[in-house]
Amino acid sequence: MPRVALFVPCYVDQLYPRVGLATARVLERLGCQVVFPEEQTCCGQPMSNAGFAGDAAPLARRFLQVFEGYEHVVCPSGSCASMVRNHYHPLVGDDRRYPAVRAATHELCEFITDVLKVPALKGRFPRKVGLHQSCHGLRELRLGSGSERVVAPFSKVAALLSGLEGLELVALTRPDECCGFGGTFAVVEEAVSCLMGRDRIADHLKAGAEVVTGTDVSCLMHMEGLARRTGQRLEFRHVAEILAEALP
Amino acid sequence: MSAPGHAERAARFAADEDRAHWHDQALWFVRVKRDRMAAAIPEWEELRARASRIKAHTRANLAAYLEAFEREATARGAVVHWARDAAEHNAIVHRILSQRGVTRLVKSKSMLTEECHLNPYLESRGIEVVDTDLGERIVQLAHEPPSHIVLPAIHKKKEEIGELFHRTIGTEAGASDPTYLTQAARAHLREKFMAAQAGLTGVNFAVAETGGVVVCTNEGNADMGTSLPPIHVACMGVEKLVPRLEDLAVFVRLLARSATGQPITTYTTHFHGPMAGGELHVVVVDNGRSRLLAEETFREALACIRCGACMNTCPVFRRSGGYSYAWTIPGPIGSVLAAGRDPAAHASLPFASSLCGSCDDVCPVKIPLHDQLLARRRELVRSGRQPLSKRLAMRLARVFLGHRALYELAGRLARFLLRSAPPGLLRGRWNAWARQRELPPAPAESFRDLWRRRKEGGHGQP
Repeated sequence: MPRVALFVPCYVDQLYPRVGLATARVLERLGCQVVFPEEQTCCGQPMSNAGFAGDAAPLARRFLQVFEGYEHVVCPSGSCASMVRNHYHPLVGDDRRYPAVRAATHELCEFITDVLKVPALKGRFPRKVGLHQSCHGLRELRLGSGSERVVAPFSKVAALLSGLEGLELVALTRPDECCGFGGTFAVVEEAVSCLMGRDRIADHLKAGAEVVTGTDVSCLMHMEGLARRTGQRLEFRHVAEILAEALP
Repeated sequence: MSAPGHAERAARFAADEDRAHWHDQALWFVRVKRDRMAAAIPEWEELRARASRIKAHTRANLAAYLEAFEREATARGAVVHWARDAAEHNAIVHRILSQRGVTRLVKSKSMLTEECHLNPYLESRGIEVVDTDLGERIVQLAHEPPSHIVLPAIHKKKEEIGELFHRTIGTEAGASDPTYLTQAARAHLREKFMAAQAGLTGVNFAVAETGGVVVCTNEGNADMGTSLPPIHVACMGVEKLVPRLEDLAVFVRLLARSATGQPITTYTTHFHGPMAGGELHVVVVDNGRSRLLAEETFREALACIRCGACMNTCPVFRRSGGYSYAWTIPGPIGSVLAAGRDPAAHASLPFASSLCGSCDDVCPVKIPLHDQLLARRRELVRSGRQPLSKRLAMRLARVFLGHRALYELAGRLARFLLRSAPPGLLRGRWNAWARQRELPPAPAESFRDLWRRRKEGGHGQP
């Protein structure tokens, strides 16, 4: 039975506890023993992405201390998982704990597909779903092929979702354009950020989506905030929530 | 930084939502064409990797290749000039022209001469400069800089161009048919070509092995401008070099596909020495490039072949317009370059990105653009070019997130405030999140609260 340490992003811990619970539930149903190292706080991404490496570094080192020794560290966020995998080196340098923690850390769908090697899940979710491919999961973790590259098309997230009975993935005009969240970008560049978000929402609505899902609640939080302000009828659910609800 | 930066300029552009969408669609159309063209080449990713390697190799041996280029170009009858910076470049071009009594110059597209501000320099010294690329001519007639490096007038609608042409070159009032306007521009430019005493071009590639320079255009204007007058001045940055003719093939396959979604530009002209009885001057410019070469983190930016693909794919550029960057080269690559050249003046540019990484994946020479934007941010923070409020916020976050008890306390407090503070207060002008967006939910219990109860309860799920 794989033992999994849950890495719950700080904003998910505080604002979207249901996503953390859904992640645990999915992993348990796939036969994992799930633990939550309570010392964890934040991986340091907000500071790091704003350029404040000096303020992010202690959090990165703290992360290594908290998650050292776990065989698997699983996170319901492509962006936070990518932070650990792709952006810790400038912060922690040659810290001897880093290679093992780096190798252990996975985004949820990636963990199901690549580590548990579960190609498809049995379950039912009879809704029209729009998949928002969050950028860091897509282009930094390569959870999917991406529309820019000339490689055989794939999407680990779409593969898991489309295996569910009744779930219809709608076809978007721009399958992987950024929603404009971007961390501090959302407030520093508020005008462009919100325009980007509204454009994504319009694409999902045009495609007939009832539910918009994705690997990152941050993007969903941004789009949901925009959609609610203008009274658009769209549900926003993290992919873990859909999987948790769908699995028998 | 209190001076207006990219965010303020972008907000002005995005405020006209219809126009921002029109601009977005126009560039997305080019991005889609690029995707189709790239997908038609099975070895596309290998081509990109090879181009990146050729550029890395050339950078590592740049001095030797520059000398080889000078040797070969000179042997073929060209004159090679070396310019340390923009001022030297402008002075050299002016000297070449004035010594030969040139007062009428036609130019094809060159971002380098934009970077050096050559046009005003020559104009103030009595030389008429006519940009002959259609888009360039449009912005020149409007007294504007290009807003995009490949599509200089992409920000203008055809009606606006019709009005501009009516005012400047006498087309019919109210006419906005693109074919009519293009024909009128063609006739207008024909006169300029016929009267020109010298032609100036940019350089897309220079080949060290052969001493040749290569210019790619779609309108044939570079060819006209270098075939009619006897004097050809070609201006290039040191980074335009490739070692061998066969390396050129890699880049020619990538350039037009990435830039406009064409298999190749209509004209790809190789200049090896001057035309019979004419002169060919090649001005090789550094202007900060060797300094960039010395920066390990950023030197890959020198591989840029100025295709503009990173601009077309950038969701921010498409919705903020080229002028929001307030520099010669806009978009992701421009932000990386500008912030290196003058960090104080361009401090906002590395933040004009959601770090989505789409630019990295379209870049034909695989410049890690979003990592470089992030590295520029780190540089700006290190040199203290960030407002005190932001520095304090980050320091505070570091303290609270660095201790579990403080983190839990802050989280509890924040959620309490989100739930119970008067909505008017939370949605005040101060809160850039809430001006157009609802705030996130604020549950009474955090995940860790629920998890603790779940464990203690020992029965199923909360």
